[in-house]
Formats: sequence, C-alpha cells, structure tokens
Amino acid sequence: MAETTIPPRSFQEILMRLQSYWGAQGCAVLQPYDMEVGAGTFHPATTLRALGPRPWAAAYIQPSRRPTDGRYGENPNRMQHYYQFQVLIKPSPPDLQALYLGSLRAIGIDMDLHDIRFVEDDWESPTLGAWGLGWEVWCDGMEVSQFTYFQQVGGHDCHPVSGELTYGLERLAMYVLGIDHVMDMPFNDPDSPIPLSYGDVFRQTEREYSRWNFDQADTAMLLKHFEDAEAECERILTAPEADSAGRRIVMAHPAYDQCIKASHLFNLLDARGVISVTERQAYIGRVRALAKKCADAFLTTEAGGAEVRT
Amino acid sequence: MPDLLIELFSEEIPARMQARARADLQRLVTDGLVEAGLTYASAGAFSTPRRLVLAVEGLSAESPTLREERKGPKADAPEKAIEGFLRATGLTRDQLETREDKKGAVLFATITRPGRPAPRIVAEVLDAAIRNFPWPKSMRWGTGSLRWVRPLHSILCLLTTEVGAEVVPLDVDGIASGATTRGHRFMAPDEITVTGFDDYAAKLRAAKVMLDPAERAEHIWNDATNRAFAQGLEVVEDRGLLEEVAGLVEWPVVLMGAIGEKFLTLPPEVLQTSMKEHQKFFSVRNPKTGRIEKFVTVANRETADDGATILAGNLKVLSARLSDARFFWENDLRTVGAGGLEDMAAGLSKVTFHNKLGSQADRIARIEAMAHEIAPLVGADPDLAAQAARVAKADLRSEMVGEFPELQGIMGGYYARAEGLPDAVANACKAHYQPLGPSDDVPADPVSVAVALADKLDTLTGFWAIDEKPTGSKDPFALRRAALGVIRLLLGNGVNFNLLPAFVGRFGSWLHQGVAREVVAAADDEGQLRKLYDYVSDKIPPVDPDHFGRIASAHWLSELEGTQFGDLSEFVSAAERLENKAAALSVDLLSFFHDRLKVHLRDAGIRHDVIDACLAMQGSDDLTLLVKRAEALSATLATEDGANLIQGFKRANNILTQAEEKDGVEYSFGADPKFAEGPEETALFTALDAADAAIAPALQAEDFPTAMAAMANLRAPIDAFFEAVQINSDNQILRRNRLNLLSRIRSTCLQVADLTRIEG
Repeated sequence: MAETTIPPRSFQEILMRLQSYWGAQGCAVLQPYDMEVGAGTFHPATTLRALGPRPWAAAYIQPSRRPTDGRYGENPNRMQHYYQFQVLIKPSPPDLQALYLGSLRAIGIDMDLHDIRFVEDDWESPTLGAWGLGWEVWCDGMEVSQFTYFQQVGGHDCHPVSGELTYGLERLAMYVLGIDHVMDMPFNDPDSPIPLSYGDVFRQTEREYSRWNFDQADTAMLLKHFEDAEAECERILTAPEADSAGRRIVMAHPAYDQCIKASHLFNLLDARGVISVTERQAYIGRVRALAKKCADAFLTTEAGGAEVRT
Repeated sequence: MPDLLIELFSEEIPARMQARARADLQRLVTDGLVEAGLTYASAGAFSTPRRLVLAVEGLSAESPTLREERKGPKADAPEKAIEGFLRATGLTRDQLETREDKKGAVLFATITRPGRPAPRIVAEVLDAAIRNFPWPKSMRWGTGSLRWVRPLHSILCLLTTEVGAEVVPLDVDGIASGATTRGHRFMAPDEITVTGFDDYAAKLRAAKVMLDPAERAEHIWNDATNRAFAQGLEVVEDRGLLEEVAGLVEWPVVLMGAIGEKFLTLPPEVLQTSMKEHQKFFSVRNPKTGRIEKFVTVANRETADDGATILAGNLKVLSARLSDARFFWENDLRTVGAGGLEDMAAGLSKVTFHNKLGSQADRIARIEAMAHEIAPLVGADPDLAAQAARVAKADLRSEMVGEFPELQGIMGGYYARAEGLPDAVANACKAHYQPLGPSDDVPADPVSVAVALADKLDTLTGFWAIDEKPTGSKDPFALRRAALGVIRLLLGNGVNFNLLPAFVGRFGSWLHQGVAREVVAAADDEGQLRKLYDYVSDKIPPVDPDHFGRIASAHWLSELEGTQFGDLSEFVSAAERLENKAAALSVDLLSFFHDRLKVHLRDAGIRHDVIDACLAMQGSDDLTLLVKRAEALSATLATEDGANLIQGFKRANNILTQAEEKDGVEYSFGADPKFAEGPEETALFTALDAADAAIAPALQAEDFPTAMAAMANLRAPIDAFFEAVQINSDNQILRRNRLNLLSRIRSTCLQVADLTRIEG
C-alpha cells in the first residue's frame, strides 16, 4: 500500500502501475492489438470477447488513432495518436466501482483530497453496433475515465454483461503529474540518464502523420482499400465452415481484422474531408454491417460459447 | 400503525432522472398498497445519487377481511351445476347455505377473504415496483436479468412500530432485503443498521449524506449566495442547474473560485455556457459591471485542506476549457474582421437544412427575399432587413457556435457589432429566432420583426410544400411553435399582413420553377420554349427564380410525372393543376394558422364561437385585423345590450330566413320608411340609419369597438319593434316591407362578424 501512495514520476510509470494493479486483480494483461484502431474497444479482446457466455477478464494498453484529432503536435492535449488503457471483465463484478477507485489510488490519486464523481454518460458506438450505460468519471471536474456496462455489441444482447473501463492515459497522466502540455510530460523517469519527454517520443510523428492524414493520404487508394477490406471480410465469413482437411473453422477473427481495417480507412477518408455528411452515415452503416457479421460468426465458435462439434 | 421505510441503494443514478424516479416510486408503492386494501396517512420520497427512498407513515397493519355473498343454483339443481358453483367459490357442499326464494330453495355461498398482514403486501408490492420500474433507460449487469437504472446493490425495507422494527422479507433477483445501508462513498463507507425513518435520516446525516434533495439544493443556493454576497457579487440564478447539481452530490460542499483575468473579456454568455455545460459551475456576476468574474462549484465531500486541491483541479480544467473558448472567440473575430459575417455565412451552402429544402444558404436566400418584401409592412427599411437576413444565421459557421449550439444568434450579435454593422442588424441575429416559446419575448425592432417573420414563414411554407406537416403529437420541425411565433409577432406589433397572398406567391413561385423546368424538357424548339415560358411567367410571377426552383422542383415534379407536353393545351392544364394545388395548400396552411390562433385566443379568454364568427368575414388572413374584430365582439357580448342584440338579431334572421325559404325570394330590396305604421317601426328605421352612419366610417378606420357599440344601440329599437309589430301582416305590402326591414337588420349586424355563428 505504501508504495502506491508515492506519486508516480512519469507517463510510463502510470501505465505500468495500471497494468500491475489490474494484473493483481486477476485480469490477463494483454498486449495492444497489432492493428490501427480508433479506440481500445476495437481490440477483439473487448469487442468479440464481450459476446457469448464465457467469463473473461483482460486489461491492456491500446495505442489509438483518430486522424481528425491531429494538431501537428501543437495542441496541449489533442493528438492523432494516443494511448488508452482498457479493462474488460465479464461478468461485471459487483464491486467494479470499488476496484476502479483502487486503480486511481494505485496511480497516486489521494481519495481523501480529491472529489471523484460518477456522472451519467451513456456510451454508443454506431460503427460497432454497440451500446451501454454508465458514467464518465470526474476527478475534481475533469473526466478521467469512461465506465460502461455493455448492453449490446454487434447487435447482440450481452449475456452476461461486461463491465468496461477506459482510461484516456495522456490526460489522466497529465493530471496526476501536474503537466499542462502533453509534449512536456516526462515519458520515462526524469532522473534517467537519458530523460525523454512525451514530445521527444511523439512530436515528430504527430507532425508527420497530421500532414499525411490531412493533406497527403491517397484518397482513391484508401477508398479502394476500404472496399477491398469490406469484400474480404464478407468473403472470409461466407467461406465454407470446413477446411480442406474437413475441420470446422469459422474465421471470425480474420474477418474482424478486415472490419477494423475498414473502420480505420473510413477515419482516414473522413480526415481528408472527402466524405460528405450524408455519405458519413452510409459508411458507418457499412462498417457496422461487417461488425455485426463478425459478431454473428464469433458466436458460432468455441470461444464464443457455441457447442462445437469436432 | 406501522411506518414503512424503503431504500433502494444502487450505483450512481443520473441526476436528471431522480425527480421522476421519486414520484414513480411513491406512486407505484402507495397505489399498490391501497389496491391491496391498506391505508396510510402520508408518504414522502427522497433521492441521492446512490439511493431512492420512500417513507410511508401510518400504514395499516393488515388489510381488512372481506366477505362476499354469492347466489348459486337451486338446491335441487343437477349435480353438475352445483359442482361448478363449488369450484367457482372454492367451498364444499356443507359450507353452502340454503335459503327459500320465490322460486324455491336456492344455494348461497359466503366467501371470506381473510385480511393479509402488511409485510406480505409490502413485499409483493415492492417486488413488483422494482421489476416494473419505468426508468427512461435501464440496464442489466453481471449475470442477472433484473433491470435497474444502474446496478442495484441493496434493498432496505422496514416496518416500524412502537414495539420495534421488522425487516420485510423479500428477494429480488438475489438481492435480499435488510435493515442496513451505507453512508457517503468516501467519507463514511461503512454499513449502518437503522430502525426507522428518523433513525435512518439522522444516521445518514452523521454519515455525511443529506437525504432530501430540496435540502441539498437549498444548502447549495444559500451557501453560494452568501459567499458571493460577502464579496459584493451575485450568483446567476439557474434552477435547472441547481436541481442537477443537487442530484450529483450526497454531501454538498460549495467552493468559489475566480476566473482568470485573461478570460474576463469573453462575452458573459460564453463564460456562463462553457462553465455550465462542461463543468456544471454556477456563474458569479459583478452586479456593477454585469461581468462574470467568479464561479461556484459544488464538491461532494469535505477534505482536510478545505477543498483547496479540489478547487485547484477544477480551476485547471476551467482554464483549459476557457482557453478553447477564447481560441474560438479570437478565431471567429479574425474571420469576421477579414471578410465579415457574410463571408462567414458562405460555408452554409455546404450545410444541409433539409434534403428536400436545400442548404442553409438556400434557406437564407429565401428568408432574405421575404424579409425584403415584408419590411415595409412592419416599418423596417427593406435593405436593412435583407442585410440582417443575410447575416443572422452566419454564426452557425462560427467555431463558438460549433462548440456551443445554444449560443446561436447571441454570438452573431457580438460578431455583427465587432464588424461595425448597424445595431438593428446585430440585434436581429438573436431576435430573429424569437419568440422561442409561449413565454419568450416578442421582438419589437422592425428589422428583427421582418427577419423573424420571414424565417418562420419560410419554414412553414417549406415544410407544407413537401408535405411534412405536424400530425398528432408529432411535430419534429416545431411548426406549431413557428406558427405561434408568427401569430405573436403580428399581434404583438399590430402588423396588418395578408397571409394568403403571401402563401400563394410562395407556393406559386415554387410551382413556377418546377413547371418551367418541365417546359425546357418538353419543348422541341427555342420558339416554343419561349412561348411556354412566357405564358407561365405571366400566370405565376416568379419571386426569386435563383433559389426556389432548385429546391422545390424535385418534389413538385412528381405531380407532372407521366405527362407528355405535346402541345400548349396539355401544358396549360398541367400548370393549372399545379396552380390549384398551390391554392389548396395556401388555404390549408392558413387554416393551420387559424387553429393555432384559436388556441392562443382561448388562453386569452376569447370563445371559439366568437373566433369562428370573425373567421367567416373577408380578410381573415390578416390575423391582427381578425383579432381586433374578435376582441370587439367579445367585449360587446359581455355587455347586456350586446347579449340581447344577439337574441334580437337571431329572431330577425330566423323569421327572415323562413320567409325567404317559403316565398323563394330574397328580401333585399330595401325597406321603405313610408310604410312604417307605428312609432316602434319608424324608430327602427331611424335607428338603423343612425347605426349604418356610425358603422361605415368606423369600419373604414378598423375601429371595431365603435362599430359594435353602434350595433349594440340597435338592441332597444329591435326589441321594441318585435314587441309592437306583427311581421306577417295580412297586408302583403306591409309584410314585404317588414321582411325587407329585417333584412336591413341582418346586413347591418353582419358587418363586423357573422353573428349567426354565436352560440346561445
């Protein structure tokens, strides 16, 4: 206990403390998904594993990309690439709020001095066909996390219900460390032989990606890739269930990878300003249709809780 | 008499749902108890973010025993019939009673429904209330199937008498009732056992929970205003925010902080909106300067440093938020400085207003044209009104309104002033949206009135043209509010405006464009095209060909589908068909206005038959004129002479109508005073002459009270005439003359309103 009350000194220390805290609570500490996603929710460890009857508990850091939020590294807290910390526990345990508050203590927030509040904020992801009820968590008026009880994913009711926690890591860390501009935040320990700030690590990439996202990305190519991903997703899911050796293998995850791709490509197209207001809804609907089919497929697999004949 | 205490303890209930949840819990439980035969003295419901509470006092300990007597078959009825009766009553044969009836021996059953103890009833009622609770949005959690607004953790359910407290046993989806609760999440999280409501409220207070939301709100407001007052400041009142904040805390602690100097130049509305929307802060104003200088935030706990850390954290968030707001403000001012609001509005061509009604820019162009046209009617300079219409919605493209949509119009006003536009134009930015509801102010500045009218009339004619009218309770485009806005603008400013031609012109110009396009498609050569086009242009003058056509034609053209324009006559008939539709739509829209006007006037105490009587007159599409008539008529009907005049008029009208039907003629040849027999008949001639002489100039001046007063003066001579004179005289000359005299009464009395429609 004494150790956790020592204030953290760097961004990475906060990340590591969250990992070890949730690991100690029994979560499998996973690694980031190796694809470009807009939020930690897209990781199949959340989207797909929230489906079906089998219990699940996972925690992971997920680098997230939101091309439209790029600000060339100049905005104090907006970036096209940032980190989320994600926890998903199914079924949601009765003391999830208390467990969550424990994680804030673990990163050095003193509950006796701060004002923590659970303020209504219902979550919905039109691209994933998912929604849930919960709160945004406020610490002294600042939103530090999103807390959601999943009710539906990919159009399917969640039974049992998963509890999902999402921490916006940069913002939370800036608050804990008392930093005003994200690029000034110590990434590793400031007393290290080579101290690195968040800006040392990411300022260059923010500039480069902002330019590419907004001005350079080849929209014709992106559009084609979107259509390719969409077609491949459909093809994978309509392939015969039995492979050449007669084994029944439903390829829900490879199909879902294509859905993730389509979603990110849509975000890139959006950042390039080539999608009109009316088209937007249509694109979101196309990604949602893929997510829904992947969810349907996952539920027919063993991991999805189906009784699988061998 | 036991007292009942119920507490449903859950994770944080959204603040906005608490008031209704309190009422629902009280209704569901007390209704259930009463339905089951219990009575109670009083009940009260409370809530905090984590609990929903009901206290019922003076509950009866059990429901009364009920006896019901039921008549059965005859004693000698077939066995089957008796068996059926036994089954229905749940009794045995020997429990039945045999009584002698007129028809012989009949079986009677006395069914006794024993009273049930309160705990059993309470358990059933509460179980049903929890399972059927009407949350606006509810959820499941864990592995359960129960739905609640957020996970439900415990149920406290106690019946308390002088003897002691007893837990009412129930189990809802694995949550068993008990006598325990918990205090404040951080300041007193331990379990508390309670014995009744007073004990509960006192122990909660000791555990840093203020149970009553009204008390929390009062505490917040008093503390906030006292602190502000001590510094010569005042808290900006906001009841909605106060209720919300009271629903977010169990133990309110008021903290006041100062807004950074560099943000004080922001408009007060921006400070107020940003602080309220993002952080639920109250604004604190300096009454001398009107500036917002400080804020009040409400924490949910006491701390060892008296809230210093909490306040510092909140200030930091505020600073980030206001930096954003200042960034938007400065960017917007820069945009306006470079190209003015008209430049800012340019981007509105890319914003869709409605897919059948075009972009916001199309809409603004229509409003501009109409404002220019209406301006002289409301005493505004047409060019100024047009300019105001062009810029009034420009702020929809500003960064500030992008962030805070509720600041639309307000920001436009600031930016217009920054650009140096005339005051009348700047004011119209906000005022043209008004009145926003029945209690909102009606603009009076002529330029604002012109743009406000044009804005609302464009919306109404537009949605009418594409068949998107309100139905029942559905009014997604707030067309009823728009119509009421037009009514209040016209009446409030005494504007005489004939709506019908304006509607016809508007619909007609849309038609014109649709038809014209069809002509282009149909004509084989330039000469024919020109001829057809001229024909239509002549019939339906275009108002603004640049905009209407593009927008409306797609919809209107469906009317022309399948028509082959082989020659002029086919084309003419198509054009006429559309013209008829325009006329029908205009009448329909006008009657929508009349319906709204009736509702509006009913609230002002004017009867519907009075309005109907006035609607029947010419020019009823001028609502200001219509209301003047209605008010004069209503005032006259309230006098004795007025009420009796109606009786006299109706008598005259009935006799005349019957005679006209019988004789098959219309008695409108004019009565001749030389055939008048008695003084009463002569007096009526004189009185009618006097009335007509007074009414004509009064009507000319739209002075309806004077006209009605002159009419009311006829009451005595009409009454005296009917008293003394027999209409249906044997002398046909006299009879005809008298019927013609009645006809004069009718025509004189129908000049302000159609009195035949007055009831009673």
